[in-house]
Amino acid sequence: MPALLEAQDLEAQYGATKVLHGLSFAVETGGITTILGANGAGKTTTLRAVCRMVRTSGQVRFDGQRIDGKTTEDIVRLGIAHTPEGRGTFVDLTVEENLRLGAYARRDKSGLAGDYEKIYEYFPVLAQRRRQQAGTLSGGEQQMLAVARGLMSRPRLLLLDEPSLGLAPLVVREIFRIVRTINQEEGVSVLLVEQNAAMALDLADHAYLLETGRVVMSGPAGDLMKDDAIRRSYLGY
Amino acid sequence: MDIFIQQVISGLATGGIYASLALALVMIYQATDVVNFAQGNMAMFSTYLAWSLLQVGVPYWVTFGATVVIAFVGGLLIERVVIRPVEGAPILTIVIVTLGLLVIFTSVAGWIYSYIQKPFPSPFPEKPIKIGNIVFGAHDLGAIGITLIVLLLLFLFFRYTTLGLAMRAAAQNPVSSRLCGIRVSWMLGLGWGLAAAFGAIAGMMVAPVVFLDPNMMGGIQIYAFAAATVGGFTSPLGAVVGGFLVGVTENLVGTYVSFIGTELKLTVALAMIIIVLLVRPTGLFGRTTVRRV
Repeated sequence: MPALLEAQDLEAQYGATKVLHGLSFAVETGGITTILGANGAGKTTTLRAVCRMVRTSGQVRFDGQRIDGKTTEDIVRLGIAHTPEGRGTFVDLTVEENLRLGAYARRDKSGLAGDYEKIYEYFPVLAQRRRQQAGTLSGGEQQMLAVARGLMSRPRLLLLDEPSLGLAPLVVREIFRIVRTINQEEGVSVLLVEQNAAMALDLADHAYLLETGRVVMSGPAGDLMKDDAIRRSYLGY
Repeated sequence: MDIFIQQVISGLATGGIYASLALALVMIYQATDVVNFAQGNMAMFSTYLAWSLLQVGVPYWVTFGATVVIAFVGGLLIERVVIRPVEGAPILTIVIVTLGLLVIFTSVAGWIYSYIQKPFPSPFPEKPIKIGNIVFGAHDLGAIGITLIVLLLLFLFFRYTTLGLAMRAAAQNPVSSRLCGIRVSWMLGLGWGLAAAFGAIAGMMVAPVVFLDPNMMGGIQIYAFAAATVGGFTSPLGAVVGGFLVGVTENLVGTYVSFIGTELKLTVALAMIIIVLLVRPTGLFGRTTVRRV
């Protein structure tokens, strides 16, 4: 199957500091790809580079079409949802308003009502809190809201930035379970950036290992899980 | 007692005008963290345009609508052409740019229309309305009505329309808004347009009272600052309440405190700014931003 997202020689910099040094990776259509790495390896920057939220060079193709050179807004409108680091919640708005914003750029507004229902089925806790200010939600609930907001745009690709950050293991497991369901039932491809390597490798079918802005290893997730170096450095056994 | 009620009503009328302008200031402040010092003079300029239309015989309410539309487009253009290039600049730079706009609008208005005061018509009957022993100016009541209608429309727009929601989102969290596909920079432009449109309404409502001249908004802008400070620069509702509060206070103090009279009224506004800043810097409705790190 052809790749849905394909990056070639991706470089990114903040000011004069180069963070990505020629990264190449791909996300298969319908697949879950994960990018692993330690703090500061450039995982978040990779996602930001795909969405042009940072100064970037290199080629990025989405569904065969070049998207480098487009603005963040336009890239999102093509069907890429980005759940950013720190969740990006609109804290002063209600849960429902956050979801409405998720659907903002959607051209096809039909089926919107059904999608709200579906989202509330995936995340029942959001249904209970729909009129509540999003800032009053717990960390886990806000992460769910962030994923839900992304899904409201009916994306073909979901970029997930460390959904496990700062959350209790049970909550993380729940979120990963929902991501898998969404992938299987809605056919949304996923590019997941994680520090929790064990969970990410378990979920993903393909993985890349990043060190200081370079890919140092890649392959099927199962292979990386068995690799000795990965086990010692990232899985801890 | 009759005088008291009369003064309160006329305070509410001017207060409504302060409220509209304060709301314009707050809208731009919330979206961009910038206080637009040219807000009042943009309003003054719009009012001159209305005056020109009236001179060539355009009916009042057509003029009213057209001026609001022109002001909206003008505000949008000013943001696109003048403010956008300095969008990322330090706040002080942008403030100086708005001060520059203030001077430009005053001078251009003076150059085109001269500095001689011009009468500006009120759309409301001249005959005062009498209820019991109390006499209300029809223009006062009309101005209050128009302010309330505008506020209601604005509230409905921000509360219930998707575009209004997107504008609120863009003001709160530009990064996330972009990730939702919202064209943030256009939302700022729209904000300027809307603010200019309110300003125009405030200008057309105040001009019959103070007469039209290039400096007519000077004092009113200070009252609007007072209103926004009293209510809190972070709260649209606060700006409105603040506007009415400043209007009424100013009128009552002017009436009942003999040494203040009409000459020192403006001082009341300035005193209110200082007292609020000393006692409660966020204003009555403002929030201190507490961020979880």
